[in-house]
Amino acid sequence: MSGVTQDTAVSTGRITRAFIYLVLILFALFYLLPLYVMGVNSVKPLAEITGGNMMALPSVWTLEPWRQAWSTAQIGVEPTGLRPYFLNSILMVVPAVAISTIIGALNGYVLTKWRFRGDTWVFGLMLFSCFIPFQIVLIPMAVVLGKLGLAGSVPGLILVHVVYGIGFTTLYFRNYYASFPTELVRAAMIDGAGFFRIFWRILLPVSGPIAVVSVIWQFSNIWNDFLFGVSFGGTSQPMTVALNNLVQSSTGVKEYNVHFAGAILAAFPTLIVYIVAGRYFVRGLMAGSVKG
Amino acid sequence: MGFLDIRNVTKSYGSVQVLHEVDIEVEEGEFLVLVGPSGCGKSTLLNMIAGLEGISGGEIAIKGRVMNGVHPSKRNIAMVFQSYALYPNMTVGQNMTFGLEMHGVPKPERDRALADVAKLLQIDHLLDRKPGQLSGGQRQRVAMGRALVRNPDVFLFDEPLSNLDAKLRVDMRTEIKKLHQKLRTTIVYVTHDQIEAMTLSTRIAVMNKGYVQQLGTPKEIYYTPANVYVATFMGSPAMNIVPSSVVMQGGVPHAIITDADGAVKHLAFSQPNLAAWEGKPILLGIRPEAITDPEGADRKSGNIVALSNRVGVTEPAGSDTFVTMALSGKDITARMRADAAVAPGQVFDFAVNMEKAVAFDPTTEERIAP
Repeated sequence: MSGVTQDTAVSTGRITRAFIYLVLILFALFYLLPLYVMGVNSVKPLAEITGGNMMALPSVWTLEPWRQAWSTAQIGVEPTGLRPYFLNSILMVVPAVAISTIIGALNGYVLTKWRFRGDTWVFGLMLFSCFIPFQIVLIPMAVVLGKLGLAGSVPGLILVHVVYGIGFTTLYFRNYYASFPTELVRAAMIDGAGFFRIFWRILLPVSGPIAVVSVIWQFSNIWNDFLFGVSFGGTSQPMTVALNNLVQSSTGVKEYNVHFAGAILAAFPTLIVYIVAGRYFVRGLMAGSVKG
Repeated sequence: MGFLDIRNVTKSYGSVQVLHEVDIEVEEGEFLVLVGPSGCGKSTLLNMIAGLEGISGGEIAIKGRVMNGVHPSKRNIAMVFQSYALYPNMTVGQNMTFGLEMHGVPKPERDRALADVAKLLQIDHLLDRKPGQLSGGQRQRVAMGRALVRNPDVFLFDEPLSNLDAKLRVDMRTEIKKLHQKLRTTIVYVTHDQIEAMTLSTRIAVMNKGYVQQLGTPKEIYYTPANVYVATFMGSPAMNIVPSSVVMQGGVPHAIITDADGAVKHLAFSQPNLAAWEGKPILLGIRPEAITDPEGADRKSGNIVALSNRVGVTEPAGSDTFVTMALSGKDITARMRADAAVAPGQVFDFAVNMEKAVAFDPTTEERIAP
């Protein structure tokens, strides 16, 4: 069988191969085009953009738009740049990702290795939370946050994102642990390890791939979220809201070069996460999905 | 009271009862094998001894201490799993000492126990490897080592050899037997392989459908099976069971059978108590090795009966030649010496060792003689 496919692969020849690569490269360039436009225009003076070609390389190179976007641009009424909001986003995203991933791992562990009556129902309901649109929960969530005294604060945003993320992280870890042999847990029980010891010493060390999936998924979702940020952010709004306020301001001159720089700044962390951990992402998704 | 007592233990899942009043006493140093087909409840019983499954009724006691509801780690038992269940992220050494570590044994003591067991099992050169880098046989050794290091009261083995290839399985079987002879530990061992059961055990419990069919030494199980199920399950090829009836001739009970050509023949029993069954139907059980060529017959037997019959099929197996032929309308197997001059279609004079014959009641299928 493999011999046959190899033969056809050889007989397609170099011309077909070259054609395939050409098409792939063209598509890649096409997809990279927006990034190119953003990159190029973020290092031009504004006059060059308004008076010239968006695609052209800058005749005068400048990092001024980046400096402005970062520290002096007018966001709403304050000329603070994106810097404080970037910090807000970090303060929100790191604990939210960590907490939701850990809770998801614990849920997956319990739902597969410490099964109880009605566990499939519990899992089904958690899964259901993945399909609830954000808009539906806005008002009830506002009430809850208000009662907890967390409205308009970073901890409030963390809570919202953890609650929303648990459904997904539980799904990932449950499917991953379902293919983990239960005999190992039993062996550890006989060896005298308790609930948390088994989790910490036996399961977590082999959970790398699925933890990466969970972290990437949660990071990009929480970092890119706008609706919860603008609704519950209050005085500690995240990067996405600030970027919106920067770009959508209806007074004054539209400083496109600053906007481009700001947009790249906002996209930068997720980009890094994908580049660093991207291949684990695919691997982990496969590992979790093959045996469900 | 034994070392490990299983007293009237039952197990139910909802309304389905999977184990029925199992009652076994295991003495210290015994090697008890639970054998039976899949679904007979043998692994469930083992898991109940381990504490991995709850007990629905009855009691399990180790060293006189009732274990119902006691956590697995507090029963002083160790278990070897079918899949070995080695922790993939730990080295062999860490795998073996994990249990001691969890029980708070100090490091120098753990290292000493590890070194002793590793030497005993000849795995001292593997201690720094991960389980993924080991072969099947090595993993099996590590799994046993992990159990040995704990120095438990009772060892539990759950089909430990069934993941190995045929040759390695035989080697490891001998290895386990040697280990038991050396350490004299109490072992409960689950298998579906009757040869493993026969070779390893000091006592066997043959199980079927949640009942213990017979509990006894390998010899008892083999020569005096309690019923037709045990008779046919233990032994390979299986015991021949043919319908027959009893007739008295000169005060000796005989079994009436018909040969392949339809002629009626009488085989003299060695069991006088079958006189009570005169004129009644029975099931006659004869092991394949009790039907041989005359030169291969057991010289020590006091009751060799000649039987001429037409040979159906011959199967030379190297060490023996198996002959299949019709007897009382059933296909039966005879075990001849390898070079016995026997050809298909030929009428051959067989020698039947009736001293080893077993008779069963055809309605209850229980043994009636010997």
